Amino acid sequence: MGNTKSNRSIALFGSMKQLIIPVAALAVLILFNLIADPSFFRIGIEQNNAGNPVLSGNLISILDYGSELAILAIGMTIVTAATGGQDISIGSAIAIAGAVILRILCGTESAPETMKAPIIVAFLVACVVSMFFGAFNGMLVSVFKIQPMVATLILFTAGRSIAAWINSNRLPIVNEVEFTYFGGNIPGIALPTPFFIAVACVIIIALVLKFTNLGLYTQAVGINAKSSRLNGINPTFIKFLSFVILGLCVAVAGLIKVSRVSSINYSTIAKDIEMDAILAVALGGNALSGGKFSMTASILGAYVIQFLTTTLYKFKVPSNALPAYKAIVVIILVVLSAPVVREKLSSFWKKIRVSKKEAS
Amino acid sequence: MSVLEMKNISKSFPGVRALQHVDFRLCEGEIHALMGENGAGKSTLIKVLTGVYDKDEGEIFLKGLDKAALIRSPQDAQNLGISTVYQEITLCPNLSVAENMYIGRTKGMLTNWKKINDKADKILQQLEIPAKARQQLSSCSIAIQQMVAIARAVDMDCKVLILDEPTSSLDENEVEKLFTLMRNLREKGVGIIFVTHFLDQVYEVCDKITVLRDGQLVGEYVIEELPRVKLVAKMLGKELDDMSDIKSEALEYKGDDASKVPVFEAEGLQSNAGIKPFDFYINKGEVNGFTGLLGSGRSECVRAVFGADRVINGKVKMNGKKVKINKPIDAMKNGIAYLPEDRKIDGIIGDLSVRENIILALQVLKGFFRPFSKAQQYKFAEEYIKLLEIKTASADTPIKSLSGGNQQKVILGRWLLMNPEYLILDEPTRGIDVGTKVEIQKLVLKLASEGMSVTFISSETDEMLRTCSRMIVMRDRKVVGELTGSDLTQNKIMSTIAGGDK
Repeated sequence: MGNTKSNRSIALFGSMKQLIIPVAALAVLILFNLIADPSFFRIGIEQNNAGNPVLSGNLISILDYGSELAILAIGMTIVTAATGGQDISIGSAIAIAGAVILRILCGTESAPETMKAPIIVAFLVACVVSMFFGAFNGMLVSVFKIQPMVATLILFTAGRSIAAWINSNRLPIVNEVEFTYFGGNIPGIALPTPFFIAVACVIIIALVLKFTNLGLYTQAVGINAKSSRLNGINPTFIKFLSFVILGLCVAVAGLIKVSRVSSINYSTIAKDIEMDAILAVALGGNALSGGKFSMTASILGAYVIQFLTTTLYKFKVPSNALPAYKAIVVIILVVLSAPVVREKLSSFWKKIRVSKKEAS
Repeated sequence: MSVLEMKNISKSFPGVRALQHVDFRLCEGEIHALMGENGAGKSTLIKVLTGVYDKDEGEIFLKGLDKAALIRSPQDAQNLGISTVYQEITLCPNLSVAENMYIGRTKGMLTNWKKINDKADKILQQLEIPAKARQQLSSCSIAIQQMVAIARAVDMDCKVLILDEPTSSLDENEVEKLFTLMRNLREKGVGIIFVTHFLDQVYEVCDKITVLRDGQLVGEYVIEELPRVKLVAKMLGKELDDMSDIKSEALEYKGDDASKVPVFEAEGLQSNAGIKPFDFYINKGEVNGFTGLLGSGRSECVRAVFGADRVINGKVKMNGKKVKINKPIDAMKNGIAYLPEDRKIDGIIGDLSVRENIILALQVLKGFFRPFSKAQQYKFAEEYIKLLEIKTASADTPIKSLSGGNQQKVILGRWLLMNPEYLILDEPTRGIDVGTKVEIQKLVLKLASEGMSVTFISSETDEMLRTCSRMIVMRDRKVVGELTGSDLTQNKIMSTIAGGDK
């Protein structure tokens, strides 16, 4: 049994290996910014709208906006692992969640003086609604065996209209400052709240993965659903469940999104965020065809994506040109993770190692 | 005159040296058996030859080429006249038979499918393969798919034909047809490399044998000079203890609850897989089996017992108590374990580690909210790796990188860990070397002597004769007989399968 320990450390390294891609991407971005303009990393103290001192700077905004992406990446990773497909409706689903929150808080008025219900109630209702829409997607994928991207295309198309319909096309505004805490700062705390919400979500998912078999089941189903069934797992339910979990993540992201502006714009809220979330999963080195996954790598991937976005903004890339730049990243990623390239790289490493050995 | 020479071939995988300085020589017009246990390096050698793997070291010479051949991809191998039929079907089930036969071989942009379909039909007819060119491949049985793969290889006018376990899913008639075909090709000067675990088949068709063990060459022998016992000894690296007598050595289960109330009892059981309703029971400590030709419904019967197919009819009792088994988890909760026939599709979870594959069933049974600790998982995994002598670099190695026999042992370990009352083994020895086969048979008898009930299914009748004390005979998806005691002979089984009621 002497060598089991070293075997285990190899396994640990194996999962660490997946972190190489996001970490390398992060290093490249940091290096680029250091050379191009070191002021990118400056962190200052500012007064926010409520008059509280808060930290500001590019790094803080990465932490801020990367957090909502990280929350979505958690759900997207599980959906990807279990179904081997992605949910492209999360942007629309966030619009629905946001609309529901505003509907509960404002009732039928457009800008009430006080909130009609506690925020927690509004949030919980949004959770239920988002999980319902997640269940709808999950049902299409697991029971009717529709390709995830095609199944979620339905909500992708209809979601924003549903969101507008929930508030009869009004754009309600919440006037209470308390509501801005979730997407902004809690008085006295200099870091943006989304970061703390993301930390809470990460802790929750870490606990869930540790104390349940969610990880084992989703991976087993994603790799071989037939054989999973013969081992007593219910693949249909696991796939369904993955979408419901993503629904929960969507509700949290929705709360942050509407809290940021205390209102909603149905057509632009969380626009294209599904692509960033999927990209986060891919950047984490997870196979988009499902199966094995690393949650840590996905979450890290989310922040790296946001780092990239912020860097591009910093260099005055117009926001409608952003996708083109992100596409370049996607190309590099996809090429790097292709089996052909991986094989070439590993044989290249081998050669280097051999020549080093010979030299010594 | 040799048509192929492989010299000093080496190939390593992370943690495993699959081939070490192996030489191999194939002559024109000979059938050359490549023998060895699972993990001996047969498949790796074949894959190096066909360009699936890059070799680390060594050279390959082909007749008609004055320097070492460069084989980088299966396409290269094909162009050099090396054709392969693999152990597992590597065709595309969603394409038609003709498309599968000609895929990658059409020239230019346009393809005259009518002509190709006609050509394919002609070849299928010549080889007496009961398939139509326009039929979708997935609608054929596995045996016929295998034959289509051979037809594809044969039609490619090859100099070297590799048959990697082609017979493991064929019944005797089909095997005979294949052998006729192989002999014809030998007459035409084709060199055939034949990889198989069936010793009988080796001695029936082969001219020479090359034996590998643990990635190393043991030697090349002319068939007449190497009797069976010696061959097995060379493969195992030790003398084989008498296989035929394992049953008499084994202890019979002598608990006083034996054969009082059956552990499992089914009445009029029927699933949606197209079998006729059947009655079945098994006693404590009994080993029984379903036998019959391929496709006679023997697998479907046990799948119905386990709830793997949808049960549409029938009453089921465990230890005399009525239970409902509609899906696999129900069966598992009642202490039934099932090792499926198709290891690759129904058994392994390829990307997961050996450890995760071993604990899976017990973990599912324990419940979603009660995962085993990592330490416990390693304990279980290491226990069964040791017990079943699974050859793996570590408990964290993905199961798909293990050889077939070792994958099967992992799946076996998975079900043994559950400590079932009733264990169903559907073709547990398929594609597995002799040594492991005997090990598994011995294990089955040992488990039964400790009180476990086992249903054992195998295509090899003598294997079942060695283990089962009762055999249920199937024909045309129907139970047609039951044999016990002195009726358990090869002849009696054959005649029951063939049917005397006409």
